[in-house]
Amino acid sequence: MSADSMPPILEVKNISKTLGSKLILDDVSLSLNKGELKVLIGPSGGGKSTLLQCIHYLIPPDAGEVVLEGRPASGAGRGGLCAFRQEIGMIFQDFNLFDHLTAENNVAMALRKVKKHSKAEALERARRELARVGLADKGQLYPAQLSGGQKQRVSIARALAMDPKVMLLDEPTSALDPELIGEVLGVIAELSRSGMTMLMATHQIGFARNLTNEIIFMEAGKIAEAGPPAALLSPGSGSRTADFCAKLSELMGPGR
Amino acid sequence: MDAAYFKELWPVLNEGFWLSLKIIVPSATLGLAIGVLVGAVRGTGYPKFLVRPLNIYVSLFRGTALAMQLVVVYYGLPDLGRPLKAFCLAHDLPALWKLCYLSPYAASVLVFSLCSGAYHSEYIRGAILSIKKGQFQAAKALGLTRAQTFRTIVIPQALRRAWPGCGNEIVYLIKYSSLAMLLSAKELTSVAKAMADYEFRYTETFFAAGLYYLFLVSVAAWIMRRLEKHYAIPGFGR
Ligand SMILES: Nc1ncnc2c1ncn2[C@@H]1O[C@H](COP(=O)(O)OP(=O)(O)OP(=O)(O)O)[C@@H](O)[C@H]1O
Ligand SMILES: [Mg+2]
Repeated sequence: MSADSMPPILEVKNISKTLGSKLILDDVSLSLNKGELKVLIGPSGGGKSTLLQCIHYLIPPDAGEVVLEGRPASGAGRGGLCAFRQEIGMIFQDFNLFDHLTAENNVAMALRKVKKHSKAEALERARRELARVGLADKGQLYPAQLSGGQKQRVSIARALAMDPKVMLLDEPTSALDPELIGEVLGVIAELSRSGMTMLMATHQIGFARNLTNEIIFMEAGKIAEAGPPAALLSPGSGSRTADFCAKLSELMGPGR
Repeated sequence: MDAAYFKELWPVLNEGFWLSLKIIVPSATLGLAIGVLVGAVRGTGYPKFLVRPLNIYVSLFRGTALAMQLVVVYYGLPDLGRPLKAFCLAHDLPALWKLCYLSPYAASVLVFSLCSGAYHSEYIRGAILSIKKGQFQAAKALGLTRAQTFRTIVIPQALRRAWPGCGNEIVYLIKYSSLAMLLSAKELTSVAKAMADYEFRYTETFFAAGLYYLFLVSVAAWIMRRLEKHYAIPGFGR
C-alpha cells in the first residue's frame, strides 16, 4: 500500500461543541496521516485548545466523532475512554506536571498505574524517555527545581512513555521565556523527524513553516483555511493566514 | 513551695495525664481520618450526595461551642435511648439503644474526634482546592481513573499543603481535651482541679498541670515537624 492510499491514523469528523451558550467548535473536520505534523494557527479564542481537548475527549464533543486507527472513540464507555486516551499524548501550555513527583516519577507514574509496569520497569523506561528529551541528569529533580523548558520536555517524555499513536500539543512554548523556546521546539522537531504523528497549536510561524506540510487556520470555531505553508504564507497569497501571521510578527518581531 | 505537697501531687497528675493521653491519641487519629475523608468529599465534590450532609456536619461542629457538644452528647443522647430501646424491643432489632448511653470517656473521644475532624476537613478541603487544575487534566489525559488520580495526586499533595493547619488543630485538641472534665472524666485538668480544691492550692497545682500540657504540645509539635521535614518536597509549603 502506498502512503497515499493508507487510511489516516486519526480522523476528526464534524465535531461541534457548545460551552455555556456559545458555539465554540462548529463542525470541524480534519485528518492526520501517520507521521504527519499539522499545525493549528489562529487568533485567541478561536477554539484551538477546545478542539484539541475534544479530540482527546477531555471535553467530550457534542456532535461528531473521533476515529483513531479506524476505531471510533465514542460509545466506548468510561473504561474504553481511558484506553483511548492512553493512545493519544497531550502536551499542555502550562506543562501540568505533577508537582509532588520527581521528573522521573512524573514519567513513571502512569506507566505503573495505567500500564501496570513494575516500579523498576517504569523507572527504567522513564530514564530512557528523559534521556531522549535531553534530561538524563534531571530525573531526581522536582518540577519546582526545573526551568519552564525543562518542565515542558519532562511533560513530552511523560507523554512519549505511554507509546502514543498521536500527540496533540497545545501551544507547548507559549508559557516559555524566549530563550527556552528553542530547546522545546528542537525536541518536537526531532520527534517529527522520527515519525511521530502530531497536531500542534502554536504561534511559532517560522517553526511551522519549516516542519509542517499543512497549516490549519482556525477562527471563530471553524477551520477557515488549510493548506501547505508555502501556499498560505506567501506574502501575496491574500490568505487569512498570511494576514494573521503578518500581524503576529508585527507584534512579536520578525523571526518568530 | 512545699515538697511534701508535690510528692502527693505527682502521682495524681500522672494518673490524670494517662487518661488525657488515652483521650487525645485516639481523638487525634480518628479526627484526622474523619477530616481527610470529609475534606476529600467536600474538596472534590464527589460523591455529590454526601457534600451537603457533610457541609452541615462541619458547620454544626465549627459553629457551636465544644462544651455544649460534649454536654449534648453525654447528657442529651440518653433521652433518645429510652424511646429507641422501646422501638428496638418492639421491632426485634439489635440493642442499638446502648449506643446512646456513653461513658464519659467514650463521649469525650467521640465529640473530640468529630469536632477535630470538622476542622481538619476545612484544611484538607482548602488544600484540595489549591491544587492546580491542570494536573487533573494531565492525569485524565494519561488515562488515570478518577480513583487513581485521587490516590496518587490529590491526597499526597493535599496532605502536604494541609499539614501545618492540621498540626495546629492537633495542638488545639491537646488543650481542649481538658473540657472532658465537664463530663467528670478524671483527666489531667479535672484531677488537678480536685486536688487544688481539696488542698486550696491553685497556683502550684495548675502550674504543675500546665507543665504536662506544655510537654504534650511540645512532643506533638516535634513529631509534626519531623513528619513535615521527612515528607518535604521542593515547591510545597514554605
Ligand atoms: N468552559 C468554558 N465555558 C464557556 N466558554 C469557554 C469555556 N472554555 C473555553 N471557552 C471559550 O471558548 C472559546 C475558545 O477557547 P479556546 O481556549 O479553545 O481558544 P484558543 O484558540 O485555544 O485560544 P488561545 O490562543 O487563547 O489559547 C473562547 O472564547 C473561550 O472563552
Ligand atoms: Mg488555547
